[in-house]
Amino acid sequence: MSWADLIVLLMVVLVLATAFATLFLRNLLGAAVATTLVSLAVSVFYVILRAPDVALTEAAVGAGLSGLLLALAAKRLGLWHIEVQEAGLDERGDDPC
Amino acid sequence: MLTRYSALIFAAGLAFMLFVLFSGLPLGAPGMVVGQAVLDRAPAEVGAANIVTAVVLGYRGIDTMGELAILFAAATAIGLVLGRSRGSRHCPPAIQPGGFILRAGNDMLFPLLLVVGLYIILHGHLTPGGGFQGGVVLAAAFVLPVLARPTDMPSHAAMAWIEGLAGAAFILTGMAALAYDRAFLAPLLGTGEMGALVSAGTLPILYLAVGLKVGAELASLLLSLTEEGGD
Amino acid sequence: MTEFTLYTFLAASLGLIAIGIGGVILSRNLFRIVLALSIAEAGGNLLLVLIGFRHDAIAPIIEPGRALTTMVDSIPQAMVLTSIVIGAGVQALALALAIRARASYGTLDMGIMRARMEADINRVAGAESAASLHAPASSSTLLTERKA
Repeated sequence: MSWADLIVLLMVVLVLATAFATLFLRNLLGAAVATTLVSLAVSVFYVILRAPDVALTEAAVGAGLSGLLLALAAKRLGLWHIEVQEAGLDERGDDPC
Repeated sequence: MLTRYSALIFAAGLAFMLFVLFSGLPLGAPGMVVGQAVLDRAPAEVGAANIVTAVVLGYRGIDTMGELAILFAAATAIGLVLGRSRGSRHCPPAIQPGGFILRAGNDMLFPLLLVVGLYIILHGHLTPGGGFQGGVVLAAAFVLPVLARPTDMPSHAAMAWIEGLAGAAFILTGMAALAYDRAFLAPLLGTGEMGALVSAGTLPILYLAVGLKVGAELASLLLSLTEEGGD
Repeated sequence: MTEFTLYTFLAASLGLIAIGIGGVILSRNLFRIVLALSIAEAGGNLLLVLIGFRHDAIAPIIEPGRALTTMVDSIPQAMVLTSIVIGAGVQALALALAIRARASYGTLDMGIMRARMEADINRVAGAESAASLHAPASSSTLLTERKA
């Protein structure tokens, strides 16, 4: 087993842990960020598997566009809660108007 | 609680079943039948240096058209679901302009993103990339100013025009092949010199149409999520 | 790239599929269900690209002026390219439906939403609403208050 194998193994373990975090994080905005991270890591896997086209797509769509989409939807769903709050920031997301 | 445990047991069983199913795969040495045929014929028939582009637009062009139709249906459905309902009370959205860093960064990034997106689209037949990836970058370029300055939204009508014209260009380029007794969406205009910017026949035109259509669709999709609409 | 690395990637893709599908079943929050769906989709795409990988091959891009060598299978890559973009569209549609559901029922929790939906249907049908297992009897008044 070489160093490259060990690095790939470490990355895979981290990706699976991140995917678990998506299901069990209490903060849904954090869960959305974890999903985006899974996409980013999978795009690195595509580079290792010699699929540069797919890697570019996954990085642009999965990590970029989808993260923006999830963030905008979280704002409209009233899930925009950050742990360290600035004053008055958390009321804005829940505002129905 | 019972459903939670049964769901966990189900997930573990699913993982075990998938692993048993797929552990017999010939990993690392697949039996490529169609793939090898494409690799043998694509350089002479299509002339694109990027084989994936040759497959996406040359050999599976109708598939790509179906994908564009699915994206269009999704964008339309989102407009339908999130559109302003006439009965709901309309309250002005709380406009909070972006800070200085966001605005200055946006002014610098906008031309850069535009150039990168168009480069990725136009070199889709030579290097990794193409209409879908470049279209996403273009959509990001047009959504970023909205985040910085929420007051001036780009008009939905212009987006709809770009999208419609690009879709029409894709289908018309495909129909032009019919006039030469070729199949629908078959590449025309010869293959050109491999590796040159103007090569691979109509593939760059098709990818430009795909890129503009995907960009306009995703941008209007993101804008309709940004607008404080009917809820 | 050794055999071990390929099996690591296989474990990653199957694990992502299992976590995603398990999450769709396990979670009650609509937003989390959308997230789990996108994770399962990433795992499926990784599996497809992994199937097309060859040890002795290069990325499917021809360098002009160099002899043709074997390349990895480009057909799964083209399919995955399509699948990723469609996945983003489906995710956007699911999020839009979730936004609409929250606007109508005031919650993202599947259990509460089902109880309110049943109460709504019963009220329209004129039937006496039976006491639900998921929601106490008082929760149906929430809906009428919100509508007023």
